[in-house]
Amino acid sequence: MPITPDSTIYWKHGFVHLNATILYTWILMTLLTVVSWLVTRHLDSSDLHRSRWQNVLEGIVVTIRGQIREICPEAADTYLPFIGTIFLLIAVSSLLELVPGWHAPTASLSTTAALAICVAVAVHVFGILRQGVAEYLRHYVRPTFLMLPFHLLSETSRTLALALRLFGNIMSESLLVGVLLAIAPLFFPLVMQAFGLLTGLIQAYIFAVLSMVYIAAAVQSQSEQKSEQKGRAHE
Amino acid sequence: MNNVSIIGMTSIIAATLCMVIGSIAPAIGEARAIVQALGSIAQQPDEAGSLSRTLFIGLAMIESIAIYCLVISIILIFTNPFWTFVTSKSGG
Repeated sequence: MPITPDSTIYWKHGFVHLNATILYTWILMTLLTVVSWLVTRHLDSSDLHRSRWQNVLEGIVVTIRGQIREICPEAADTYLPFIGTIFLLIAVSSLLELVPGWHAPTASLSTTAALAICVAVAVHVFGILRQGVAEYLRHYVRPTFLMLPFHLLSETSRTLALALRLFGNIMSESLLVGVLLAIAPLFFPLVMQAFGLLTGLIQAYIFAVLSMVYIAAAVQSQSEQKSEQKGRAHE
Repeated sequence: MNNVSIIGMTSIIAATLCMVIGSIAPAIGEARAIVQALGSIAQQPDEAGSLSRTLFIGLAMIESIAIYCLVISIILIFTNPFWTFVTSKSGG
């Protein structure tokens, strides 16, 4: 039984393999881009002529921005494109499991590892943009130099955990449906598939919130400590 | 008993043990977390939003331990590297 869509290969030329993961990621990207482009072609700010699709997209964007603002109240709009893209990609790829023949690209470790590496890089980029290189790198040796290996270890392990969590959840869900089909056909797999939609959405939410928490920690750690020190100096 | 059957038997036993033992601790941890969160929501219903958000993040963290066990079990059963090595070496 193939456990990831990586092993389904459609086209091969030399060392270039076009497997199901890449193909379905492309389909997903095209779908998201074309739908967004079609909707945002005729944006209208007046209340009378607002299309229902614009309402849907506005609702999604406003909700995501609200969630980001709860975690990092200062500059929600800076992180909205990155976090929102990740959330929509994972959520739509899970929801499309309703379509027969769809392989969620997030059921492959390559996709989730790529997403987790994107988050790991974005944490450093946002931290450096906010504080400057020297000030950002200094937080690795805080409170003492002895903490350096632990900081590095925690960053590696959380990136690994981010990738493995999403991969394990999505992959096990599709595998579970396959196993249940052999044991108790028709009814029970249906229930599990409905449950899988919920799990997919929750995992998308968790992935987005966790990456936002990591970014917020990298951005805020210095400024909070500075304000604490200032507060102590005033006392 | 030849190598192939020993590897098959140990893989299945190891996968089962990994899943059984590995899901005990996350189950207890998640139960404790949910109990605490429900108690806190009952005390302060206004904070239900941020409490449930933190609860979800914590549950995902705890659950990932069980997911690691699941991934290892699935690798042992479906794509066992030792099994592949032995069967390819014996020409099977």
